[in-house]
Amino acid sequence: MKAARGLATLAAGMLFGFGLSVSTMIRPEVVLSFLRFQDFGLMLVMGGAVIVVLLAYKLAPRLMMRPLLDDHFHEHPSVWNRNTAVGAALFGVGWGLCGVCPGPAIAGLGAGNWSLLWALAGIALGALVQGLRAK
Amino acid sequence: MTIPLSFFPHGWQHYLLGGLLIGAGAALLFVLTGRIGGMSTVFSSTWSYLVQRSFFQQRRFVDSRGWRLVYALGLILGALVWWLGFAGGKPEATAVPVWQLLVGGFFVGYGARLGNGCTSGHGICGLGSLQLPSLMAVLTFMATAFLTANLIAQVMP
Repeated sequence: MKAARGLATLAAGMLFGFGLSVSTMIRPEVVLSFLRFQDFGLMLVMGGAVIVVLLAYKLAPRLMMRPLLDDHFHEHPSVWNRNTAVGAALFGVGWGLCGVCPGPAIAGLGAGNWSLLWALAGIALGALVQGLRAK
Repeated sequence: MTIPLSFFPHGWQHYLLGGLLIGAGAALLFVLTGRIGGMSTVFSSTWSYLVQRSFFQQRRFVDSRGWRLVYALGLILGALVWWLGFAGGKPEATAVPVWQLLVGGFFVGYGARLGNGCTSGHGICGLGSLQLPSLMAVLTFMATAFLTANLIAQVMP
């Protein structure tokens, strides 16, 4: 069961990474051209992804007692507080500066975009500093 | 800022198809394992292997660090399949300067972890579970990202 879950997680990640590549979100220039109102493709990417996820999150718990390979469906409630607001604002500043967010920073490596290692290093460092400063 | 001739100067099909595939990945993860697959947490949970500080040793990081790394490995393999099988194997490259990637990346990592989510966590999984705080987070980071990207374009055309 544990091995099956691992394989399932790998396969899901592969689909995710393949989608990020097909949609060219692994190209910082494409993301930046959205943020500069030159190409609205990112809206379609996000919209398409949200619709599929919405259907899965709503339907799966109703149609199935539990996920196929585990005993319960997880939930991840988000909260709106000062940290969320400040964090989201800073995330946006960084995203607007480099055009890379966590998924594409990882997936881009699979397409030989080695420059993204700089972004990946920046993200890892940012996450480290955030954890060291947190109480 | 230039006025675009079209909302989608490079076509729109690949954007929609790619988005549906990204959603299918997160949906498959949920249906098979029940897990919520945002991408930014892996950057905190992986530090738990190296940093003993109590923040990184929280159960939510230690308990999920294994599968999150496998999920991240999947992202790389999925992109590799696209690159070798569908894109002719010509390496992707970016003209965005190194300092922007590094400094921007730092803010992306710090902000996503402080705010508990990124474009996939709040954007795809949070909106996909109809959570208002995630919508507020998305609107916030979209606003600051628009401002930053356009400001940079003005300063460094």
